[in-house]
Amino acid sequence: MANPAIELRNITKVFGSIVANKDVSLTVYKGEILSLLGENGSGKTTLMNMISGIYFPDAGQIFIDGQEVVIRSPKDAFDHKIGMIHQHFKLVDRFTAAENIVLGLKEKGKFNIKDVEKKVAEISARYGFEIDPSKKIYEMSVSEKQTVEIIKVLYRGANILILDEPTAVLTPQETEKLFAVIRNMREDGKAIIIITHKLHEVLAVSDKVAVLRKGEYIGTVETKDATESILTEMMVGKKISLNIERSEPKDAVDRLCVEHIDCVSRDGVRILKDISFTARAGEILGIAGIAGSGQRELLESIAGLQKLHSGSIIYHNPKTGAQENLRDKTPTQIRELGVRLSFVPEDRLGMGLVGNMDIIDNMMLRSYRKGKTMFLERKKPRTLAEKIIKDLEVVTPGATTPVRRLSGGNVQKVLVGREISSSPTVLMAAYPVRGLDINSSYLIYNLLNEQKENGAAVIFVGEDLDVLIELCDRILVLSSGCVTGIVDGRTADKNEIGLLMTKAEGGAAE
Amino acid sequence: MISTIASFINAAIIQGIPLLFGATGEIITEKTGNLNLGIPGIMYVGGISGIIAGYLYEHSTETPVPLLCILITLAASLFGSALLSFIYAFLTQTLKANQNVTGLALTTFGVGIGNFFGGSLLKLFNESGSISLISTGLAYKTSLPFADKLGLFGRTFLSFGFLAYTAVLIALVSSYVLNRTRTGLNLRAIGENPATADAAGINVNRYKYLATIIGGMIAGLGGLYFVMDYTAGAWTNNGFGDRGWLAIAIVIFALWKPKSAIWSSFIFGGLYIICVYIPGLSSSSKELIKMLPYVVTILVLVFISAKKKKEHQPPQSLGLSYFREDR
Repeated sequence: MANPAIELRNITKVFGSIVANKDVSLTVYKGEILSLLGENGSGKTTLMNMISGIYFPDAGQIFIDGQEVVIRSPKDAFDHKIGMIHQHFKLVDRFTAAENIVLGLKEKGKFNIKDVEKKVAEISARYGFEIDPSKKIYEMSVSEKQTVEIIKVLYRGANILILDEPTAVLTPQETEKLFAVIRNMREDGKAIIIITHKLHEVLAVSDKVAVLRKGEYIGTVETKDATESILTEMMVGKKISLNIERSEPKDAVDRLCVEHIDCVSRDGVRILKDISFTARAGEILGIAGIAGSGQRELLESIAGLQKLHSGSIIYHNPKTGAQENLRDKTPTQIRELGVRLSFVPEDRLGMGLVGNMDIIDNMMLRSYRKGKTMFLERKKPRTLAEKIIKDLEVVTPGATTPVRRLSGGNVQKVLVGREISSSPTVLMAAYPVRGLDINSSYLIYNLLNEQKENGAAVIFVGEDLDVLIELCDRILVLSSGCVTGIVDGRTADKNEIGLLMTKAEGGAAE
Repeated sequence: MISTIASFINAAIIQGIPLLFGATGEIITEKTGNLNLGIPGIMYVGGISGIIAGYLYEHSTETPVPLLCILITLAASLFGSALLSFIYAFLTQTLKANQNVTGLALTTFGVGIGNFFGGSLLKLFNESGSISLISTGLAYKTSLPFADKLGLFGRTFLSFGFLAYTAVLIALVSSYVLNRTRTGLNLRAIGENPATADAAGINVNRYKYLATIIGGMIAGLGGLYFVMDYTAGAWTNNGFGDRGWLAIAIVIFALWKPKSAIWSSFIFGGLYIICVYIPGLSSSSKELIKMLPYVVTILVLVFISAKKKKEHQPPQSLGLSYFREDR
C-alpha cells in the first residue's frame, strides 16, 4: 500500500476561457480502488484524459512509481501502463473483440488473430469475464462492449486502470459483475480509478474517494469514514434536500390513450408489442426499463416519428374536447396539438439541437414558422434563450455561443427548457437528467413538476429507479417491448419494479 | 467469333489496368478515412510526369536505353503523384480543409497540369505535332517473350507490358496487407473510427499521410500505364478522359476490397469499350452504353444502402477530418 502508483501534482488545464482543472493533486496506490467523484463539468473526465494522453496539461506534474513522466499521447500512457475505459466506448464496430483488443499494438512475431483470441480467453478466465473474442462489436450488448474495453487495457498490461462512469449503461446485475471483476483486479495489485457520480456505488466498491468541484480538488476521504451526506456536501459545496417534491395530481383527466400499438423495426424485429396505457393530465407517468426496451420507439411513436404497425394513439384535446388519433397525423400536426418530445440521446446533440448553431438559433428551430414576414424574427427567440439561461442556470458565455461548446448538462438544460417553454399539453422527457449533476437534476425535476401542476401530461423516461419512485405518480415498466406492469409511484418498491423490468427478457434478446 | 471474344477480353483487361491502379490507390486512401476525390487529377499528373521525364530523357540522348526509359519515367511519375497526394494530405490533415472540396480542386488542378505541360512541352523544344515517346513506349509495351508462342491464350492474357501485372500484384499485396497484417488492422481502424485508433496509440496522422501518398502513387501508375503502354508514349490532352472517376466508382463497386477491385476493373474496362464490339451502333447509343459502369455503380450503391450489411458499408469516418482535442 505504501507505493503510489500514480501521483498528480498541481495539474491545470484550460479550454479557452473555461478552467477545466485547477491545481489538482491526487495520489493513487497500488491495490487500491479510488472513486473520483464530482458533479457534471467538475473536470473529472478532463483530468483523467490528461493521464491517458488525450489532453496535455497546461501546468503540473505527473509521477508514476515515483518517477516524473510526460504523457503526450495515448501511446505514452500505454507505455506507462495506464489504461482508460472511456464512457463512450472507443471500439471499431466492424472489428471483432480480438481485433479491437490488439489494435495499435506492436507485438513481436507474425500477426495471428487466433493467438490473440487465445490470450484474450486467458485474461477472461483470470479475472472472471465472459466474452467471445471472435464476436463483432456491432453484435454486442453494451456490457459486452465494456468488457472488451477492459480486456483491451489488461491485454496491454495496464497497471493503472481508469473507468469513466462504467455503470452508467449497465443493469444492476451487470454492475455487480463489473464490481466483482474490479475487485479481482485490485487483488491482483492494480490501481483503479473510477469516475462516477453515483454515491451508493462509490460506497460499495471503492477504498478512497477523491472529490472534485468545478475543476478544483476538494479532498480525499477513506470510504469507510464516508457517508452519502458527507460526500454530497463535498461534491456540491452546500447541503441539498434529497427529497423530490411530489404534489397530488389535480383533476387528472385522460389526455393520451395509447391502445395496442405495435411497432416493427426496419430489420423486421418487433420493438413494441401490444402496448396500451393512458397518460393523464396533471400527472407524471414514469417509464422504467432496461435501456433499449422500446422506450425510444414508444416516445417516437407518440411524436409521429415512428411508423406504427397497428394500434392507435388517441389524444383528448383539452381545447375542443375532441378525440384525435395521432397515428393519422404528421409530426408537425402533432406538435401543434401541444405534444412535445425532449429526447436526450446518448450523444445529447443527436436529436433536438444543432451543435454548430447558437442557443438563439436552436430556439428558432421551434418557432421559425411563426414569423409573419419572409425574414427571420430573432427577437423573441433571443428573449427566450436568455430566459432559459437565467432560469435554468445554463453555464455559457452567452446566448450566441454554439451549443456544442456547452458541457453536456447545459446542453440538456437548453433542450428541456425549450420544449417546456411552449407550455405543452403532453411533455415527454427521455433521460432528461442523464449525466446531470444533482443540482441540475433537481432543477429538471422541478420543471417537470411545474408542468404537471400546469395540467400537462408528463411522460418521464428515467434510468434511476429511486428517482422514478419519488417523482412519478405512476410508473409503467417496459421489458423487451412489452408493458410488464403499471405501478403506483407512491406504493411501489424497487424490487418490484426491478423484477418487472427483467420479466419477459430473453424472448426478444436475439 | 472466338477471336473476337478473345480480343474483347484482351481489350477489357487493357482498359481495366489503369482503373485497377486508380481503384487500389483509392481503396488504400479511403481505408484511412480520406475520401481523395483528387485521384482523377493525380492520375493525370502521374501520366504527365512520366511524359515530361521521358521527353527530356529522349531528347538528351541519341540512343535511349529501354531500362533507363522505364526507370526515369517511373520515378518521375511516382514523384509527381506523390507530390499531389502530399498536397491533399497536407490540406486535409494538417490544415483540416474539407476533403471533398480539396479533392475536387486537386482533380481540376491535376487535369490542368497535364494539359498545360502536354501543350507547352513541345513549345519548349520548338517542335510541332504531338508528343510521342517512341523508345519509352516500346520499352513499356515489351511483353513476355513467349506470349506470342502460346496462341490465343498468350495473345489474350500474356500480351501485356510489365505494369499490367504490377497492377494485379499491387492489388493482391494491398489486400494481404489490409486484411492480414497489424499495419492493415491499424489502417482500417483509422478509417472506421480515428478517435478509437488514436486512443489505441496509433499515429493517426502518420498513417493517413502515408496511406494517402502511397495510394496516390499507386493511382498515378494508372496514368503512367495509360500514356506509356496503352497509347505507347503519346500524349493527347484530355486523352485519359473520365477514367479517374471510373476508378472511384470501382472502389464502391468492389465494396472497398482490393481483391474485388481486380475483377471489377476488368468488368468496368469491358463495359467501357463494349460499344466498339457491338456492331451497328450509332454514336449516340455508344455514349449511352458508355454510361453503363456508372449505372452499375449507382445500382450497387442502392443495393448496399438497402441491405445495410455492416461489412459492405464504406469506412465509417470516410470524408471526415479528425481533431484530437475537439470538444
